[in-house]
Amino acid sequence: MAKRRGLMAPPPSFLWTRRIVLTLLALFALVPVYVMISSSVKPLQDVTSTFRWIPTPLTLAPYHDIWYTVPLARYFLNSLIVSASAAVLSVAVAVFAAYAVSRYGFRGKRIFTTAVLSTQMFPGILFALPLFLIFVSIGNATGIPLFGSRGGLIITYLTFSLPFAIWMLTSYFESVPKALDEAALVDGCGPVRALFRVVIPAALPGIVAVTIYAFMTAWGEVLFASVMTNNTTRTLAVGLADYSTQNNVYWNQIMAASLVVSVPVVAGFLIMQRYLVAGLTSGAVK
Amino acid sequence: MTVSIRHDAPSAGSDTGRGRAPDPGRRSSRLWQRVRKGGLPYLFLLPALLLELLIHFIPMIFGILISFKQLTLFFIRNWQGAPWAGWSNYHVAVDFHAAIGSALLHSFWVTCAFTVLAVGLSWLFGTVAAILTQDTFRGRAVLRTIFLTPFALPVYASVIVWAFMFQYNNGLVNQLLHNTLGITSKPSFWLIGHNSFFALVIISIWRNWPFAFLCVMAGLQGIPRDLYEASAIDGAGIWQQIRKITMPSLRAVNQVLVLVLFLWTFNDFTTPFVLFGSSAPSPADVISIHIYQASFITWNFGEGSAMSVLMLLFLLVVTAAYLLVTSRRSSNG
Repeated sequence: MAKRRGLMAPPPSFLWTRRIVLTLLALFALVPVYVMISSSVKPLQDVTSTFRWIPTPLTLAPYHDIWYTVPLARYFLNSLIVSASAAVLSVAVAVFAAYAVSRYGFRGKRIFTTAVLSTQMFPGILFALPLFLIFVSIGNATGIPLFGSRGGLIITYLTFSLPFAIWMLTSYFESVPKALDEAALVDGCGPVRALFRVVIPAALPGIVAVTIYAFMTAWGEVLFASVMTNNTTRTLAVGLADYSTQNNVYWNQIMAASLVVSVPVVAGFLIMQRYLVAGLTSGAVK
Repeated sequence: MTVSIRHDAPSAGSDTGRGRAPDPGRRSSRLWQRVRKGGLPYLFLLPALLLELLIHFIPMIFGILISFKQLTLFFIRNWQGAPWAGWSNYHVAVDFHAAIGSALLHSFWVTCAFTVLAVGLSWLFGTVAAILTQDTFRGRAVLRTIFLTPFALPVYASVIVWAFMFQYNNGLVNQLLHNTLGITSKPSFWLIGHNSFFALVIISIWRNWPFAFLCVMAGLQGIPRDLYEASAIDGAGIWQQIRKITMPSLRAVNQVLVLVLFLWTFNDFTTPFVLFGSSAPSPADVISIHIYQASFITWNFGEGSAMSVLMLLFLLVVTAAYLLVTSRRSSNG
């Protein structure tokens, strides 16, 4: 990481530009976060009248009420099950694919990587409806309830994070010296054991980062959550809207609930950002 | 990390390229060995491939098929029974004099304007922030964390907060612009009418510039320090260094970054959906929400699919042209 770019101290014009621009950007980034936190501790009449910056009087009641106005706990549990399963499965699938891409030369490799990345281009709306119909048909034909179940959502979300997971893991695996797993192969390990004993332990931080990223992708998805869930499997992404469809818009509770659902992913992201930058760097250099 | 050394050494013979030891206990034929060796990478890819097929490629082909069908609510339980429509869904979609076609065209232009503005400014904010935080200074780590926070929040949660800020009576934006600063003569509506377009752009930028920041930051770490030191000895100031060293070195990162931002923004469904619900006000009627409404609210799935296919074709053409132009320019130097 570059400590000082040049040998000279930067001129005042640069320093002032830096101070002003970075302050403005920090304000832009933080004001909504501040609004979310401060409004979540206001009583209802304070969030329905003119906006005030300083919350007085303070109340923690919204954090109690959010669990009763709508079945937030159920939505939370659904989101947790769906996102965690999708993340773990996605990374499990991606580990093998990335291992193949980084360690083997095979016919169709370029086509595979291009095709997988190109799925990022598809508008979700194009395959939302067909997928819905396919899930319903599979359900009618085999009795496996994919539509409306958590299973259907898990499969869908796991493919959403799969391209990025494969791409990132490939670049992490390539940073693990090939000599290491070749040594293991010479010592009589099978390729799968070489993967589990050598490559995965060496790339573990990257794998954790990608898992967290996959979790975040699933946690924040809205379109498929709104098309494919029913009352019992509804996730937070859809459930949070329940606070405002009733006669009263409980803005303070909405803010409190938004904060509560954000904490797990923000914490995860801040932990993994270092590894994410490392992975992006090696990916960008290629 | 330790690599345990195993002593059951390979038993000579067909110790192939990768040095996998044949299992002496089982008599496997050489054909099987070759299949295993050549087929192994495919075996590793198989789960990923199957899932991508099931969730992305088959539904896409299916979607193209539906776009040639007259699939309405009446046939939804029995979609195979829906009559074929030929090209009529497409004719309706591109008949810009009739109601549906002209609404689609309007939505397309709105999306283009939205994408250009949001991507351009997201890229600008992210690049400026990354370049200004390239050197170490006090508080840099804290700033980075602050900058990345919008990207870490779940999209729907942050859009809900923005929706609150844009409220007419109790929102922060009107309070700030009207009551505190007195810029507007009366409070404005932000979620209906013309302002809704700018509300959408602002939220999109807020959400995406941290990603640009992250990518450019990663790109900056790949620039060798010697370049800066050499140019400093030659008397280059910091502004000159940014123009002559930093920006050209970021070209590869920017090529991917702008494309990804473009695709995300153009396809963005979550932001307008959470902000406006299933039908957006006309000035902010971006294409993803427009198609959603055509499909799921008016229950005309054939028409909606035709529109999505047109949208995908547009994205394919733009992406191909973009890659062609940017790759050629970078190979020319």
